[in-house]
Amino acid sequence: MQDTTLLLSLTVLALAGFYAGRGRALALVGGPARGRRLHSLPGYYGMFLAMWCLLPPLTLLLAWSLFEGRVITLMLIEGLPDAQRSMSAGELNLLVNNIQNLAVGDAVSVEIDAVLREASSRYRLLQAESRRLLTVLCLGLATLGAVSAWRRIRPEFRARNRVESTVEFFLLLASSIAVLTTIGIVMSVLFEALRFFQQVSIVDFLFGLNWSPQTAIREDQVGSSGSFGIVPLLTGTLLITVIAMLVAVPVGLMSAIYLAEYSSQKVRAAAKPMLEILAGIPTVVYGFFAALTVAPWVRDAGEAIGLDVASESALAAGLVMGIMIIPLVSSLSDDAIKAVPGDMREGALALGATRSEAMTGVILPAALPGIVGGTLLALSRAIGETMIVVMAAGLAANLTANPFEAVTTVTVQIVTLLVGDQEFDSAKTLAAFALGLVLFVVTMTLNVVGLNFVRRYREQYE
Amino acid sequence: MNDPNVIEPGGVEASADGPGDPGRRSDTVSPRSAVAEQITEFGRIPVGNVRCEDPFIIAENVNAYYGDIHAIRNVTLEIAKSEVIALIGPSGCGKTTFIRCLNRMNDSVEHARVTGRITLDGQDIYERGLDPVVLRARIGMVFQKPNPFPKSVYDNVAYGPRIHGLAADRAELDDIVHGSLERAGLLKEVKDRLDEPGTELSGGQQQRLCIARTIAVNPEVILMDEPCSALDPIATARIEDLIDELAEDYAIVIVTHSMQQAARVSRRVAYFHLGMLVEVDETDRIFTNPQHKLTEDYITGRIG
Ligand SMILES: Nc1ncnc2c1ncn2[C@@H]1O[C@H](COP(=O)(O)OP(=O)(O)OP(=O)(O)O)[C@@H](O)[C@H]1O
Ligand SMILES: [Mg+2]
Repeated sequence: MQDTTLLLSLTVLALAGFYAGRGRALALVGGPARGRRLHSLPGYYGMFLAMWCLLPPLTLLLAWSLFEGRVITLMLIEGLPDAQRSMSAGELNLLVNNIQNLAVGDAVSVEIDAVLREASSRYRLLQAESRRLLTVLCLGLATLGAVSAWRRIRPEFRARNRVESTVEFFLLLASSIAVLTTIGIVMSVLFEALRFFQQVSIVDFLFGLNWSPQTAIREDQVGSSGSFGIVPLLTGTLLITVIAMLVAVPVGLMSAIYLAEYSSQKVRAAAKPMLEILAGIPTVVYGFFAALTVAPWVRDAGEAIGLDVASESALAAGLVMGIMIIPLVSSLSDDAIKAVPGDMREGALALGATRSEAMTGVILPAALPGIVGGTLLALSRAIGETMIVVMAAGLAANLTANPFEAVTTVTVQIVTLLVGDQEFDSAKTLAAFALGLVLFVVTMTLNVVGLNFVRRYREQYE
Repeated sequence: MNDPNVIEPGGVEASADGPGDPGRRSDTVSPRSAVAEQITEFGRIPVGNVRCEDPFIIAENVNAYYGDIHAIRNVTLEIAKSEVIALIGPSGCGKTTFIRCLNRMNDSVEHARVTGRITLDGQDIYERGLDPVVLRARIGMVFQKPNPFPKSVYDNVAYGPRIHGLAADRAELDDIVHGSLERAGLLKEVKDRLDEPGTELSGGQQQRLCIARTIAVNPEVILMDEPCSALDPIATARIEDLIDELAEDYAIVIVTHSMQQAARVSRRVAYFHLGMLVEVDETDRIFTNPQHKLTEDYITGRIG
């Protein structure tokens, strides 16, 4: 039986189970009129039965499709003649591939001989056998589940609680997927970074002032040992982020104040969507805007007043990045300001405060946790931003605080480390994981600090 | 306070009048004028005496609108210096709207419009050149729900004096804050908690904090919109005592749903119905011998 047919019949069974369960519950108390004698609504008994009808076979189906391929391959190899079984792992793999291809009628890379033909027909047989077994087991499990659920239905049986705890279990499962993925990513980054630290000392990495990750591919190349000092990258990131925040926070906050307090409905209705459009522009577009428009403009402007500005400068990248995160700051601050109860504002106005006095003296302090939270989010966004920096600030790892020079950031270096040819276990590649770990720790700390801040003050204000 | 005797006739009518009701413009005319007829059935309104000796606030033919809703209809009322006047009437009759006209709080409501003439101490408060900010410093307002700022108790009271520059130095500000808390009957309870957030006080304390905050800017009039509706009887009694004391220096306009409260604290009572001022008189007269049938129905709990 095909998978779809199997699923379909399971669904039909479950549906039938639902009505059977409901009917049985009602029958036990003597008809729908007496439905109130049941512990739960009749539908819950139906769902309980349907659940037992559906969940065990589905679990089996899932496990089966995970392991079926591997088990069949093992059995296939088991049945091959000794000559083939003693082949190397690679050759054996190729052979199995060919057998499978032949079985489904795909192109085969070697001449088809008797062994291959025999094996492929055996493979087809094994597969058919497995399907048949699966179908029987699934339908059997469904029936078994249904019958045992059916026998447990009693008027005082707490079907609703059972159904709800099952639902709860699936909610838990869904949320644990996010958690597990995060843990998995962190673990893999951590382990790769540890491998990196076996090659490069962690002290050199964290406190080195020089970043030039060129390691030799061949022994006789010059510059065979790269240097992995992260300090220039951190200062570059810091520089660009600071410039970006200097642009985004004042502009975003002021536009939020204007929108929330002063603008008329019409202006607000027009400006809000505009800001959202600004937020929706892909960063690569900002990137070439930065590289082709802002960076030359910054250089020309600098030259006009007699400054020496590189054509790729931290200033250009920071400015554009600031523009990029204005909508984030502005819309989160706007939400925070709007969330302050209107009677605070009225209270201030009734005391004779002007609108701006009410804003600065009462509303902004009350909205501060939300605003700080939004700003920290924007900060994480700025630190993680890559595209604009690649295009506008360059790749040179200069250790400088001068915004007119080219700098580079942690994220940009991760990208450059991983494009191009190198071995996966070279220090150069592994350095990317170490950088990723640093980035993760920094943004994580920011988020924790931000959340704590928000929580502490929110408790006070509500 | 939720007085069980108060039935709310506005409820039905108001919901039919709600914004968004498509048939409003044409439909509302008939029920409204029917009500007007019913109100004037016993002769001209308002009955009683809207005038008083030595008036401080004079409202002449005031009308207020929220978009198409005509919330206040042709109200004329005088309020004297150092008197307590209570505004009563069924929910939705425009009491809040009326007192918000007096300190121009309706300015900040979109679609709100006020016509007519209101003078404070002889000066037209809707005059072109008049700054509503200055006006509001002269007319304080206490809201139905206590709304202390999310600041310390001290800063709550100091907020008004600070924005108006009432204190030359910290010592003077301390005096104002302590004096206001004292007058609001709160100083004893919060003496050691001046640095704690005002929002952490109990509801009754919060409301007295709001009163302290209001008197700290030294207003001439205090408007109170159901100041006790969120409080228990003991806190209510304290606020009522406070109103008695404050009445020596301020004109107080208090909106209340509790007849007992109106009878206890006020010298005069004004009864509103569907945006119209129906009857104004000395408190004793209103409660013992109301002239208008609607007033009588309302205070005896028969309106509905
Ligand atoms: N901001 C507003 N926008 C539109 N209509 C409003 C607004 N505020 C009040 N109204 C309407 O104006 C009328 C009078 O309302 P108001 O709040 O003055 O009544 P009230 O007498 O204070 O009632 P309550 O005793 O329930 O507080 C009501 O019909 C109300 O629906
Ligand atoms: Mg009101």
